Amino acid sequence: MPAVSKGDGMRGLAVFISDIRNCKSKEAEIKRINKELANIRSKFKGDKALDGYSKKKYVCKLLFIFLLGHDIDFGHMEAVNLLSSNKYTEKQIGYLFISVLVNSNSDLISLINNAIKNDLSSRNPTFMNLALHCIANVGSREMAEAFAAEVPRILVAGDTMDSVKQSAALCLLRLNRTSPDLVLMGEWTARVVHLLNDQHLGVVTAATSLITTLAQKSPEDFKTSVSLAVARLSRIVSSASTDLQDYTYYFVAAPWLSVKLLRLLQCYPPPEDGAIRGRLTECLETILNKAQEPPKSKKVQHSNAKNAVLFEAISLIIHHDSEPTLLVRACNQLGQFLQHRETNLRYLALESMCTLASSEFSHEAVKTHIETVINALKSERDVSVRQRAVDLLYAMCDRSNAKQIVAEMLSYLETADYSIREEIVLKVAILAEKYAVDYTWYVDTILNLIRFAGDYVSDEVWYRVIQIVINRDEVQGYAAKTVFEALQAPACHENLVKVGGYILGEFGNLIAGDSRSSPLIQFDLLHSKFHLCSVPTRALLLSAYIKFINLFPEVKGTIQEVLRSDSQLRNADVELQQRAVEYLRLSSIASTDILATVLEEMPPFPERESSILAKLKRKKGPGNLHPDLDENRKERSANGGTADHSSTTSNAKVLLLSCCLLIRMTHCFLIVTVTSPKVAASPTPSTDLLGLGSTITTQNSAPPASKGTSLLVDVFSENIAAFPVETPVAVGPVADENFSRFVCKNNGVLYENQLLQIGLKSEFRQNLGRMYVFFGNKTSTQFMNFAASVPADPTVDGGAQLQQILNIECMSDFVDAPVLNIQFRYGGTLQNVAVKLPITLNKFFQPTEMTSQDFFQRWKQLGAPQQEVQKIFKAKHSMDTEVTKAKIMGFGAALLDGVDPNPSNFVGAGVIHTKTTQVGCLLRLEPNTQAQMYRLTLRTSRDTVSQRLCDLLSEQF
Amino acid sequence: MIGGLFIYNHKGEVLISRVYRDDIGRNAVDAFRVNVIHARQQVRSPVTNIARTSFFHVKRSNIWLAAVTKQNVNAAMVFEFLYKMCDVMTAYFGKISEENIKNNFVLIYELLDEILDFGYPQNSETGALKTFITQTGIKSQSKEEQSQITSQVTGQIGWRREGIKYRRNELFLDVLESVNLLMSPQGQVLSAHVSGRVVMKSYLSGMPECKFGMNDKIVIDKQGKGGGNGCQSIAIDDCTFHQCVRLSKFDAERSISFIPPDGECELMRYRTTKDIILPFRVIPLVREVGRTKLEVKVVIKSNFKPSLLAQKIEVRIPTPLNTSGVQVICMKGKAKYKASENAIVWKIKRMAGMKESQISAEIELLPTNDKKKWARPPISMNFEVPFAPSGLKVRYLKVFEPKLNYSDHDVIKWVRYIGRSGIYETRC
Repeated sequence: MPAVSKGDGMRGLAVFISDIRNCKSKEAEIKRINKELANIRSKFKGDKALDGYSKKKYVCKLLFIFLLGHDIDFGHMEAVNLLSSNKYTEKQIGYLFISVLVNSNSDLISLINNAIKNDLSSRNPTFMNLALHCIANVGSREMAEAFAAEVPRILVAGDTMDSVKQSAALCLLRLNRTSPDLVLMGEWTARVVHLLNDQHLGVVTAATSLITTLAQKSPEDFKTSVSLAVARLSRIVSSASTDLQDYTYYFVAAPWLSVKLLRLLQCYPPPEDGAIRGRLTECLETILNKAQEPPKSKKVQHSNAKNAVLFEAISLIIHHDSEPTLLVRACNQLGQFLQHRETNLRYLALESMCTLASSEFSHEAVKTHIETVINALKSERDVSVRQRAVDLLYAMCDRSNAKQIVAEMLSYLETADYSIREEIVLKVAILAEKYAVDYTWYVDTILNLIRFAGDYVSDEVWYRVIQIVINRDEVQGYAAKTVFEALQAPACHENLVKVGGYILGEFGNLIAGDSRSSPLIQFDLLHSKFHLCSVPTRALLLSAYIKFINLFPEVKGTIQEVLRSDSQLRNADVELQQRAVEYLRLSSIASTDILATVLEEMPPFPERESSILAKLKRKKGPGNLHPDLDENRKERSANGGTADHSSTTSNAKVLLLSCCLLIRMTHCFLIVTVTSPKVAASPTPSTDLLGLGSTITTQNSAPPASKGTSLLVDVFSENIAAFPVETPVAVGPVADENFSRFVCKNNGVLYENQLLQIGLKSEFRQNLGRMYVFFGNKTSTQFMNFAASVPADPTVDGGAQLQQILNIECMSDFVDAPVLNIQFRYGGTLQNVAVKLPITLNKFFQPTEMTSQDFFQRWKQLGAPQQEVQKIFKAKHSMDTEVTKAKIMGFGAALLDGVDPNPSNFVGAGVIHTKTTQVGCLLRLEPNTQAQMYRLTLRTSRDTVSQRLCDLLSEQF
Repeated sequence: MIGGLFIYNHKGEVLISRVYRDDIGRNAVDAFRVNVIHARQQVRSPVTNIARTSFFHVKRSNIWLAAVTKQNVNAAMVFEFLYKMCDVMTAYFGKISEENIKNNFVLIYELLDEILDFGYPQNSETGALKTFITQTGIKSQSKEEQSQITSQVTGQIGWRREGIKYRRNELFLDVLESVNLLMSPQGQVLSAHVSGRVVMKSYLSGMPECKFGMNDKIVIDKQGKGGGNGCQSIAIDDCTFHQCVRLSKFDAERSISFIPPDGECELMRYRTTKDIILPFRVIPLVREVGRTKLEVKVVIKSNFKPSLLAQKIEVRIPTPLNTSGVQVICMKGKAKYKASENAIVWKIKRMAGMKESQISAEIELLPTNDKKKWARPPISMNFEVPFAPSGLKVRYLKVFEPKLNYSDHDVIKWVRYIGRSGIYETRC
């Protein structure tokens, strides 16, 4: 290459640059540049043609100005002119300007392409190289379009010089990177492969890079390269260090080429041909042997080059994963590096060992180094190396050494670097779970984890502990005990409080027997942490408190006191306030069995992939293909898509309790209002929409004369429009088989078929009632367009339960119960279910206690013939006194003992509340055991009420 | 509250660094250098926020003065202080240059200690400062003198010491105005205002009580019937005074009375927007002839009394960025194409009122592949005229010194009006 001689140096350029460097301020620099630009403009504009030298000089100046950060909008034409010069320096500057400054949409592009074409077809290797470099430097799509066909031709042409071939290979590589679709495979591919046999090692190096990239694109086309690469590699490896002359680097023969060849081989599986395979194994063995030899030089470059080849060889061995002896040898070699004084080597050794640990052949071999690795974890100065050590420990962990590794990691955690703590925490959590033989150990480990590094324990970790504790009966007591003890520390982490709150709330009863952990002590312990916690934790603790009320009625007063305090009831945080208010009401209103149902122990969580594993995967990111995740990958494929949303559901589960309590589904309120017949005669359009009005009116049109009551179901909801308007589907028979059972009961299963189960929970108070209707999907598929004469969530997931709340008000006395129409789409068919809601007149009974004297006085007052209804009927069930008592109490009336002179008779009294009136009721039931008959007498202030109550009650015996 | 104050040279090297508060670290120095002085794009905002630290800077020739704070300070106060600081330095050692700062750094630190205390600006009146901060070292002062300084600096009139004596009582008053204008090509005024200063240089003995009067519209209107002597009054939009002016009196009677500091001070600053006399009118004519040529013709007309002479007239006609050559013909003055500034600069030494002058230029352009059209920046102008474009007139300046026996008549008074161009632009 002709060097730029001193005489050829551009003085003007040098002066200009030194001027600019001497400028005292930015403004001065800009002034100088403006002046120079004006000068160049006038020169370019000038009529007389510039000679090549000055053109080059001005283009150089422009380039310099551009590199200083100023816009250049002229001079391109002059640069293109330089391209056609015959002088190397001028051509070079022209190409430089073009590669730096020409944008692809320039209208000069055709001129440039033309110049490049000329240079490519010239026989001058220097010019060809310049052109190829320019193509590669610009590397734009336009360049690829113009030259993607030309470059391969130059590459494989027989008469091309070596240096040009080298450039062409690299140029093609670049074009393939920017626009792979334009680099088409052709017959040249076969000939490119043979470049691996080229005499010139530079060409081979360039070609290997190209082939490696192309082989990833289309492996089939370059399959033949494997044998050639092996041959070339073996020649390099077996050569003496002096053989290759220029390509020997500090006594290592062609290290770069070796590394590239080994990389290329990693694109393919182990060669099938035995001979090639043998040769490759031989090569790899030689490389491993060479690592054992004493170094030929003390220079760091020598060992770097040698180790580079060695590590690449080890990656190839790991990639092939087929030769146990090689794997074990590689592992031993790496083991030596583990204690090497070079930090980089230790890092690389740990990293490679991580991959080795996942191979079945070398797993055991890796395990022998556990002590060294643990040592590295403790004593290593470099945090990134420690990180690798953690990775390796994680990878080499199995059932046999899990306890040791987890213990080591835990103890390391106390001193660990902040940047890797979270990852260690996740790994410990996973290992502890994966290899837990006994779950008490697991619980201990996780609690320690929270204690040591609470800040780094992500939510997933503690969700997981709770999942596991809830799912395993055997550890629940132990967990409660351990958590209780852990909480006694004066300062504990918020995550520990969360776990503690949840576990004690669920299983505090298991340790309540011990006087040291009596309910009150448990509560005080939790509450002592309350004020130090954040809002979500406080919310969780409030839920734990309400669970305590259920578990230990004796602390109810204390807890209510806490809930009642201003700091809860008037908390600025809406969530806390709502919880406090609702829990307080719940604890004071609900009976113990309602509390027990609502706050029942959490059902076991469905088993699924650990959410923490998913989190660790997320952390690593998809690009980082760690072999220690191989196993996880298999798991993931086994679990299919379910794994992905598992973490969110587990979150949801934790809050499930509060959700069902807080009754978030306020959007689907249905108000069932029992009204007088007048209103019922003209049902509002909204009821028609439901297909409910029709049923009701047909049922109720008959008895108006007998002052029978009608019902109207009113829907207050903005969701009416969302209702399926497919009402014309025939309404099936109204199911009421379970109806009579609910006369004396408030809770239970109302309706059940193969698809759907409807459960009820209701409570009544004076003339008001509230009914919770639970729709359970018994199938595993989704119900579509679900509408329960109520705007509910239009889908019900398989196995899921949907809840609805009905508010009921009794306007006046009535006979017929409202009907609940349910429509949904199961499979393709529209399903229709109509169920009579067990809302009966007696639900609005308020029991009244009265003395015998009062009773008979009232009895006499209600003596009018229409006020009394008497019925004599045969017993349907056995005449057990206790059962009868319970039934009368369930019916709603107060059972009055010792009123009737005959002790076998039952006497009851109560008041029916409607919105407008209150109807006093007295009843008397006289069983006749011999005849298996009953005589029931009812006296109320209203004849219709008497009749209805009599009908209802007589059904029950 | 200023946290620290730094002075840099043009390279960004720190010449003076004074930190007043702990929240400003030494790294703040580098932050400003990297983000402002050495910024790739020129930083035009005088206030820069870097990592929750505010930097307020002013530039004097090649010197950067930066005040740094982490607090939410009154930016106007900080700039006022920085300007005052520049004034003080100028009063002590002349032009603010790297050389001067390096030579006087002990003095500067001493000054900084005095005029800024824990970040709060203190007395920065040059006259007062000069009594106790001297370049020559303090002559051994007697206790009496020292206590005098204390009482004067902390007293009611901190800007003037007692016992000043001059043989000749003299007083100079300069009305300095700069007129700003933006005009459309058709000659329509888009915006115009005058910002003016009244600078007073006094050599008066004792503690003289002064009263300054001008043709303020409010005052004239108040005296209305009596003073209808044809003197035009002006409406002042906004004015600020030197601390020596008694503001209570101004608020009540709109009279400006004060005891002036010895030597030079800026008595008042004001702004007017109405009835401005525009000294020059620029009439541009630009014609594009094809893609490679531009013809420019500019006429300027002076618009004041023919007896007055405007000086230092300079018209700057911007040229397109792809100018490759310029030919200029002008009848008066000298015109030159300055490539480094991308403009034709036309200079006229003197020009009387009610005259007209013209320049025409032919600009050759180099065709570029840049499709952007030339933005046509406005033509700007510089000049100096010997009258106040706002119309402000000094009516009187009375001096009373009750203790010493000289009266108003004995004081020699000089009044001078200078109108300069601020940003005086005409679109073309």
